[in-house]
Amino acid sequence: MAARISVPQNARRGDQIEIRIAIQHPMETGYRVEDNGTAITKNVINKLLCRYNGAEVFRAEMGSGISANPYLSFFIVAAASGELRFDWVDDTGVAGSERSAIIVA
Amino acid sequence: MSSPRLAAWLLALLFTCICSSTSAQPAARPVPLKSGIEFTGAEVRALQGDEFANPGMLWISRGSALWDQPAGKEGRACAGCHGEAAAGMKAVATRYPQIDRASGALINLEGRIQQCREQRQHAPPFKYESEELLGLTAYVRQQSNGMPLSISIAGAAQPHFERGREFYYQRFGQMNLSCAQCHQDNWGKKLGPEAISQGHGNPYPIYRLEWQTMGSLHRRFRSCLSGVRAEMLPQGSPAYLDLELYLAWRSGNLPIEAPGVRR
Repeated sequence: MAARISVPQNARRGDQIEIRIAIQHPMETGYRVEDNGTAITKNVINKLLCRYNGAEVFRAEMGSGISANPYLSFFIVAAASGELRFDWVDDTGVAGSERSAIIVA
Repeated sequence: MSSPRLAAWLLALLFTCICSSTSAQPAARPVPLKSGIEFTGAEVRALQGDEFANPGMLWISRGSALWDQPAGKEGRACAGCHGEAAAGMKAVATRYPQIDRASGALINLEGRIQQCREQRQHAPPFKYESEELLGLTAYVRQQSNGMPLSISIAGAAQPHFERGREFYYQRFGQMNLSCAQCHQDNWGKKLGPEAISQGHGNPYPIYRLEWQTMGSLHRRFRSCLSGVRAEMLPQGSPAYLDLELYLAWRSGNLPIEAPGVRR
């Protein structure tokens, strides 16, 4: 699963910073059928977690209503230098992860 | 009848004969030329304009990775010959489709990438609508963003151009519609809730919200033909290449905007 993340490289302590993530995934709803009539099994990224130096700062639980290639954006407060880590998993158990370093002055 | 009037009448008759003998429908560009993005809503425009949120960028990332990835028997990557794409591929996409010197056939950017893969990298070609080919095509086209196409319709390309023009004005399918009836004669009007665009190829490959994925120009041709209940040809077929050449000419000085986002 290809993913793109956007995290500011530098921030001042106490700043609100925007985190953006886009993941390539079909987000199959489970409501579609193949041309021959067989149902396509539901397969969506059902959980996405963002940890900031190990502590959970954002969680998304997604379902059939989220479009393909989900794009999420949220704000966190820059507290300390370290690492943001993203983990996600889909209905078939395929997991993905990304990480990004941040320097807080 | 006075002689000047007779001369004018004869001239008009002659002109009509010439026009009808060569072709009923001359090649024409819409005036003024407008990119399809101008017919979309504010949200789609914002999505295409945001370099991060544009979903097509996921395919660009893929293409960028493939560019550097060795493939085939010799383990050669695109970058091995062409170097950095930003330099080596700048303005390259503006020259496609073009006549391939070796084979004399009309070839588009997808075709050139496939040819490079087979003949230079000695690797199996990608499928036409595969994620890999869409990614590489989008990545290479992105290096020419903001530049208008500069293709040739002379010499060996001319018969292709003529066939493309004929295709453009040919009525198809149960609805008996030609490309021109919507995109040349009625652009700007509504077809259901959607504004009819001029039908240019400048943003391709595009991320289409209806498809929920990236798609090639030839996939779009298939969608249009399906829409008028006509027979669809496979991607990369000669008729579609001819049409692509005609559309490339028709888009005049519109700049490339890859990866485009459309509804």
